[in-house]
Amino acid sequence: MSRRFPRWTVALPVALALGLSGCGSAVPAGSAATPAGAAKGAKEVTVFAAASLTGAFTALGKHFEAAHPGTSVKFNFGSSATLAQQIAQGAPADVFAAASPATMKTVTDASPATSPKTFVRNKLQIAVPSDNPAKVDELKDLADPKVKVALCAEQVPCGAAAVKALDAAGLEVKPVTLEQDVKATLTKVELGEVDAALVYRTDVIAAAGKVQGIAFPEADKAINDYPIAALPKAPAGELAEQFVGLVLSPQGKDVLTKAGFEAP
Amino acid sequence: MGAVTEQNRTASARPPWMLVVPALAGLAFLVLPLAGLLVRAPWSTLPERLAEPYVLEALRLSLVTATVATAMSLLLGVPLAWLLARVEFPGRRLVRALVTVPLVLPPVVGGVALLLVLGRRGLVGQWLESAFGITLPFTTAGVIVAEAFVAMPFLVISVEGALRAADRRYEEAAATLGASRWTVFRRVTLPMVMPGVVAGAVLCWARALGEFGATITFAGNFPGTTRTMPLAVYLALETEPEAAIVLSLVLLTVSMIILAGLRDRWVSAP
Repeated sequence: MSRRFPRWTVALPVALALGLSGCGSAVPAGSAATPAGAAKGAKEVTVFAAASLTGAFTALGKHFEAAHPGTSVKFNFGSSATLAQQIAQGAPADVFAAASPATMKTVTDASPATSPKTFVRNKLQIAVPSDNPAKVDELKDLADPKVKVALCAEQVPCGAAAVKALDAAGLEVKPVTLEQDVKATLTKVELGEVDAALVYRTDVIAAAGKVQGIAFPEADKAINDYPIAALPKAPAGELAEQFVGLVLSPQGKDVLTKAGFEAP
Repeated sequence: MGAVTEQNRTASARPPWMLVVPALAGLAFLVLPLAGLLVRAPWSTLPERLAEPYVLEALRLSLVTATVATAMSLLLGVPLAWLLARVEFPGRRLVRALVTVPLVLPPVVGGVALLLVLGRRGLVGQWLESAFGITLPFTTAGVIVAEAFVAMPFLVISVEGALRAADRRYEEAAATLGASRWTVFRRVTLPMVMPGVVAGAVLCWARALGEFGATITFAGNFPGTTRTMPLAVYLALETEPEAAIVLSLVLLTVSMIILAGLRDRWVSAP
């Protein structure tokens, strides 16, 4: 093997490094220029939505693409709090659907022109593995120290709702874990690692067969309103409003109700 | 005379730009994110944020679990590295490849795999619970297991490399003089590859300290028992990015101090 390396072996990493830093500075400029691009007819809508909306919104996305040929809907599902932070930091989202008004507020604080509308409400249920090993059948069973319970962290909407519901019931529950989002909490139940968890009714329906849901009266004290908004600087412009329109339409309501959400 | 030689050496040793330019680009690439943290840190509220009890709690948990995970990796990983480097057995190449699996596996997937084996309904976990009443998920021991799983390959690879590079004639000489294989390992091999073991342990410890995905998946996230610094950073990012920056800085500072201390003590020792 020759000792001499061809020049490009050195030039390549340098060019890459320079190219990358060039890209870095080009991105903000590009996103600032997108409203002009939207006028030319951007055909992509980027929707940031709470993890609990995964099933229903994926279905609505298909409806939207069918009704607007040539468009595609891209989803970013995750914890509402994370998504809100990403949008506040300038992530290129067109529509934001959050699982709580508090997380939506992060976005409206950053850009006050946003006008969110409540489109559905969601309630908590107790989720237990399908064989219910700890024989949980009401909320106060969760306070039993022998029952392993997973809750969402208080910083995310499902955790805030869980605290509210447990407070309303006057119960002291010591969970074994505080999960980052509702899907992670549900996974712990599906795998049988915990005996019970507080998740949304919609998540129990989505995981039908793998977990059992138990309704409890205190859930009414901790109902989550879901707000949705087209973002003021939406790169997709009009299309963003149209997607929000679909979610608020009778057709949207139909899909969401089937997933277990309640009308506001 | 001595000074002149020194000067000549320096002049002739001027590093070529073909190496210096990419080296500086590489350095900038690695250091700029750190600068970003420092620039955005909330310096005015820093003291009161540091005084929050959960910071110390998470830091303590991180240091303890990373250290125990490293000890566990040393205990199991050094013999494994020796086996791979010194013993001929069929399928050795396959075993060597398997050891690196946790390196290529996304940590979250590693966490799921650990749950499926050591979880309450896992292959081994089921038996652990019924026979000994031990459950690993959601415990500090679970954090250690997750960290060791992800970090041990760094140690094994580093020690195996050192073993392969070491001169085997010393071991052979010791054996000729009547030392048993265990004595040879303890008195000749191990001292010879000590720098490799230390470097591997440092890598392993650093990786364990930063471990996130396998920990949150396998051990969960609860303050005091399983919420290590990286988990606390992730959670803080949800609502208070500034608190996340503070936590990151704390983790960074402490690990730099410890690693720099070890470096002076061990790695660059002649």
